[in-house]
Amino acid sequence: MFKILHAEFLAPGIKRFVIEAPRIAHKYKPGQFIILRLHEQGERIPLTIEKADPERGTIRLVVQSIGKTTNLLNSLETGDTILNVVGPLGKPSDIEKFGTVVVMGGGVGTAMAYPTTAALKQAGNRVISIVGARNKELVILEKEMREASDVLMITTDDGTYADKGFVTDKLRQLIENGTRIDLVLAVGPIPMMRAVADMTRKEHIRTIVSLNPIMIDGTGMCGGCRVLIDGKSEFACVDGPEFDAHRVDFSILVQRNSTYREAEQRSMKEFQQDPKSQVAAVRAGHSGVCAVEGVGR
Amino acid sequence: MTQPTKTKSLNVLPLKERMKVPRQHMLEQSPVTRATNFTEVNLGYSEELARQEAMRCLECAKAECTRDCPVGVKVKEFVQLIVAGDYLGAAAKIREDNVLPAITGRVCPQEDHCEGGCLMGKKVEPLGIGYLERFVADYEQRNMDLKNVPKAIPTGKKIAIVGSGPSGLTAAGDLVQKGHQVHVFEALHEVGGVLVYGIPEFRLPKKIIRQQVDYMRAMGVEFETDVVVGRTVTINELLEEEGYDAVFIGTGAGLPQFMGIPGEHLNGVYSANEFLTRINLMHAYEFPKYDEPMVDFRGKNVAVIGGGNTALDAIRSSKRLGAGNAFILYRRSEAEMPARLEEVKHAKEEGIEFQVLAAPLEFLDDGKGWLKGARCQKMELGEPDASGRRRPVPIEGSEYEIPLAVAVIAIGTTANPIIQTTTPGLATTKRGYIQADDTTQKTSRKGVFAGGDIVTGGATVILAMGAGRRAAKAIHEYLANPEQW
Repeated sequence: MFKILHAEFLAPGIKRFVIEAPRIAHKYKPGQFIILRLHEQGERIPLTIEKADPERGTIRLVVQSIGKTTNLLNSLETGDTILNVVGPLGKPSDIEKFGTVVVMGGGVGTAMAYPTTAALKQAGNRVISIVGARNKELVILEKEMREASDVLMITTDDGTYADKGFVTDKLRQLIENGTRIDLVLAVGPIPMMRAVADMTRKEHIRTIVSLNPIMIDGTGMCGGCRVLIDGKSEFACVDGPEFDAHRVDFSILVQRNSTYREAEQRSMKEFQQDPKSQVAAVRAGHSGVCAVEGVGR
Repeated sequence: MTQPTKTKSLNVLPLKERMKVPRQHMLEQSPVTRATNFTEVNLGYSEELARQEAMRCLECAKAECTRDCPVGVKVKEFVQLIVAGDYLGAAAKIREDNVLPAITGRVCPQEDHCEGGCLMGKKVEPLGIGYLERFVADYEQRNMDLKNVPKAIPTGKKIAIVGSGPSGLTAAGDLVQKGHQVHVFEALHEVGGVLVYGIPEFRLPKKIIRQQVDYMRAMGVEFETDVVVGRTVTINELLEEEGYDAVFIGTGAGLPQFMGIPGEHLNGVYSANEFLTRINLMHAYEFPKYDEPMVDFRGKNVAVIGGGNTALDAIRSSKRLGAGNAFILYRRSEAEMPARLEEVKHAKEEGIEFQVLAAPLEFLDDGKGWLKGARCQKMELGEPDASGRRRPVPIEGSEYEIPLAVAVIAIGTTANPIIQTTTPGLATTKRGYIQADDTTQKTSRKGVFAGGDIVTGGATVILAMGAGRRAAKAIHEYLANPEQW
């Protein structure tokens, strides 16, 4: 059982958690993720670690409410517990002195890009960060990203904060202005990562993306998170989650991520009908129901 | 009738009569009923049936059943105790060599081991050793008190077991009985490894695994879930920082193999590991009560590619999810199938079709990223290959298409590299498995032992248990005198 030491909303639907997980905190490196499960009937979902404090034995997660599990998680508060947290999983980000690095964070992807950004800065890179969000309220980690960057640019889709537009507009400007870019790291929604990859491919700029396929065990055992890299299967949990953006087949990723859309919508709808009792069940029932004698349809 | 003495058999039935008694069949759910549920197929022996079956034992002087058992269960002795009605005694006798009797009694390929060696099997059906083991283990479960589980005198030595599958549990059970402090690490959220995520409820109920694990807890074994050794903590850290005197690695085979044919990324194409993990570990068949979803199988055509126990577990699960046509696609003939005989029989009774001597060449896209079928090719058998089985040879011009909504690939696994790549000095084979000695299971690293699928590649529960047992014996000797190793 993993205790939530602190929980606070950073923006509507985006919550930050500080979780007691000493083993994970001790081993964590930027770019790695955890898998968690909230209750005995829960699914396992992967979440990138935002930060770890090995001395205190804590990790930080930034979670956006999307489906049932993330909504349920974001209903939990300081003092609640999470049934299972396993990690750190995946390969750490490749941190070295590349020169000038452009980090692009789309939406909650900013929180996932942040630890690698800080590490890249620490390694002596010139870091230009471009953070994008739909609107002013959803701009997160501005202070942290500013500290971790030499230059920080912010875009909002609706122009309610900073510059109106998309993160790719800023990248295009940098390229057109002749800025020397040695590496691009893009973390965010798939369409954004794909757009970045298309843009930098033409310019021959090395580009890394962090992928988020459907995952179960996170140790390489199930193969559910396979992604097509240069036409070959690789597993995001053990070979990734970061990959060379120019080798990723994004269409396959989109297609595979849609496999359970109907079921996910159904789960979400049922959750929304009575969120309170579901949260109460998670809080009450960490001993859980030992429902093993289930009968099929 | 004379009163049996210690040296004499307790069995009153004359030897020549024993061959005349037919093998007692275990009650099972009817095929029609069970193909719609996930509850256990076999229902167990009554005491009467068990004793009747036990009476068939010929009590051979040279017990080939024990010789052929990877963990060396004293079959003749425990069967005699059943004849005498001492079922708890029989359980204790099995436990001397096998800490998971309720599991092996259900999933062991007995025909390859104890029952394969049974002398009676040369003339009539062999003694139902697996059924008897299962009976005794279940009886023990119903009638024992965990408070009475014997505990050994502590030695003060600490052993880390990596992985809570069959090899890890066996090593843990044997070592805790020697008085060592045993701590088992499991990567998933539930203890049992492949027993939990791989083998379906209808063959091995989760309740049985939990009971066997609870027994081990009562023996003093500690379990810690959610630890991926190699990531959460390394082997070096266990030895150097956490004070373990020895480590046993029993992490299983790991990465699922794909076929490398077009269309493997289509929605509806699964590895057997993913499919079975969704069903068994995550209870996807109980969606939406459980969160984990599964694609809709109802009325659909489902094929599983492969011929082992995993393939049969997957196809029989598909049937239970409501598949219209459920079939095995296997590139050799039925005679070469590595699956347990009882599973093949049960599968056929449940209406599973066997399309043998055929293999897919390509998975076909419905235009929206979902599987709609497979282009297959017929095979014939050629010369035996390295495995001794006749090699499948494609027949030119025999290609054909089949409509499919789901395909599950169950053609084996490759080594999971997480531990090998994070443990300096741990020697591996060309295929990436951990190198370990055949008799002691010791690796190239002092104090580190390994066994099960991570050493041999995909095998069976009982073979992994055999390795766990050999490792436990060696670790016990190593701890007494590490300098000698």
